[in-house]
Amino acid sequence: MYVAVKGGERAIENAHAWLAEERRGDTDIAELSVAQIREQLSLAVNRVMAEGSLYDPDLAALAIKQARGDLIEAIFLIRAYRTTLPRFGASEPVDTGKMTCDRRISATFKDLPGGQVLGPTFDYTHRLLDFKLAADGEVPQAPTRSGITAEDVPHVSEFLNREGLIEGAPHDDTPPPDLTREPLEMPADRALRLQALTRADEGFTLGLAYSTQRGYARNHAFVGELRIGAVPVEMEIPELGFAIEVGEVTVTECETVNQFKGSKTEPPQFTRGYGLVFGQTERKAISMALVDRALRWEELGEDFVGAPAQDAEFVLYHADNIQATGFLEHIKLPHYVDFQSELELVRKLRREAETGHVQEAAE
Amino acid sequence: MTDQAYNFAYLDEQTKRMIRRAILKGLAIPGYQVPFASREMPMPYGWGTGGVQVSAAVLTPDDTFKVIDQGADDTTNAVSIRTFFERTAGVATTTATADASVIQTRHRIPEDQLSEEQILVYQVPIPEPLRFLEPRESETRKMHSLEEYGLMHVKLYEDISCHGHIATSYAYPVRVEGRYVMDPSPIPKFDNPKMADMAAIQLFGAGREQRIYALPPYTKVVSLDFEDHPFEASKADHPCGMCGAEDSYLDELIVDDTGGRMFVCSDTDYCEARQAAGHKGKDAA
Repeated sequence: MYVAVKGGERAIENAHAWLAEERRGDTDIAELSVAQIREQLSLAVNRVMAEGSLYDPDLAALAIKQARGDLIEAIFLIRAYRTTLPRFGASEPVDTGKMTCDRRISATFKDLPGGQVLGPTFDYTHRLLDFKLAADGEVPQAPTRSGITAEDVPHVSEFLNREGLIEGAPHDDTPPPDLTREPLEMPADRALRLQALTRADEGFTLGLAYSTQRGYARNHAFVGELRIGAVPVEMEIPELGFAIEVGEVTVTECETVNQFKGSKTEPPQFTRGYGLVFGQTERKAISMALVDRALRWEELGEDFVGAPAQDAEFVLYHADNIQATGFLEHIKLPHYVDFQSELELVRKLRREAETGHVQEAAE
Repeated sequence: MTDQAYNFAYLDEQTKRMIRRAILKGLAIPGYQVPFASREMPMPYGWGTGGVQVSAAVLTPDDTFKVIDQGADDTTNAVSIRTFFERTAGVATTTATADASVIQTRHRIPEDQLSEEQILVYQVPIPEPLRFLEPRESETRKMHSLEEYGLMHVKLYEDISCHGHIATSYAYPVRVEGRYVMDPSPIPKFDNPKMADMAAIQLFGAGREQRIYALPPYTKVVSLDFEDHPFEASKADHPCGMCGAEDSYLDELIVDDTGGRMFVCSDTDYCEARQAAGHKGKDAA
């Protein structure tokens, strides 16, 4: 006998309690602290800050802990928190030329003012599991870095710009649109596209960037420069009438130098792709620069070859993992009603197919 | 119970004002999809964030709130949304359709007739009725502004020529006041006629897609059809097994291992009220 299903509320409460228990795991094992996550899973923290669009390592670490290490879930927690925060104003644009670089490399010049600084990179590690880490976490002291100061590190693209070999990047003081306060509408200008890309899903952005390398809107990219480090954030305080430093953020900046044979409107020259992402997130920053360059086909007078990475509507409407995961997972919700109407329809269509009775509608 | 860490109904007043402006614009241009700066909500996109934002913007402390999902008050996501507003707004909640001043719904319109004192808020996954004919938003917006709905009529015509009738059973497109073609959200087409001339305000929120649209009271809403193939609201051809209603939309349940079935009202409040009034279906205990 059917009894109307009740108890959704209790089921939810019990599910939450079980979830909390699973999150904690075996209580004989020491609990992870937020500080441990912040310090020892810092690249996860960086990704959560970047895609959560909120620079706060402690909150990002807390979100990772709460999300049991599911980074998209952690990003979601940060986004939902971020949206409730009041806005005091906007900072001045950060000057990445004043960055205190931990890492700065150029793939286009062997040596250059400021030098090449590898910094803390996985690049030349051999990917061999380090069983010593399983035994103890002892690390040898790294040599103290000599520290390169801001003035020493001009942007590589400036050298090309002096010769006129790379397209100009004219100074523009137009306030950028705000993706989080205005609905996304097409066509999106470059500032808006970059804003969407910097918080876009890393995997999606990587896949799109990779597709351009494999020929879907190829625009062969050189990493003109990749730099990671802290930049001061300044904000103008109306009562003071001048800008003061309110803190600093670590960012990864990637400028690509791309081949360009010229078009109807532009002379042959190198063109630019740009990536700027919170934290040490270089895979994302490089991907972002490649996708940015692919999306610029129209302003450079290139052909639209139908590649996904060129298609701003396709890229921008599908790059946000919080939107994507929500909509994808909503199909877990009950759909009894629409399914019921589909059941009726399929039964009707089958009845008609069986009796061979299809009306000639076009009569 | 109310969570003091957040503003009334969770959203800050600026955001609510922005949403109310979009709602007013929507009411002024019935059926037109108004872009709005949808916020990240503490529940996932696709789980009713549009409806939640619209409800948050229209709720006042004196309101009585009802949430249904698939017609039922006790489905898990309806419970979750109702609890959210109990926590963040402290509003009274109810499961009785007639007692609610704001009803948020997913996929159904209540069976009971709504009144001028009520607001019905729909959760909308894909607000664009032309989306599956044309994936580009820039194109579909153009089609709406030019009133270019030929593509939709061709689709319906193709259905008829292939199947002898229009093969759309839910989210069946409607035309509003002879102007905008509108997605009614994924309600079964059985519910479509209830939208027309409804006394209550109908608001539609699509959070992920950042759109709000609306139907003011007593708006003309016509389901798309052809003269020789008129629209037909359909449902399972049974009475409700619990309350015996012949006029309500039914869910089909599988009740045993041999594929035995039973049909019950999807609107749980309607069904319970009828049972309380002494109506009895053939499967009722």
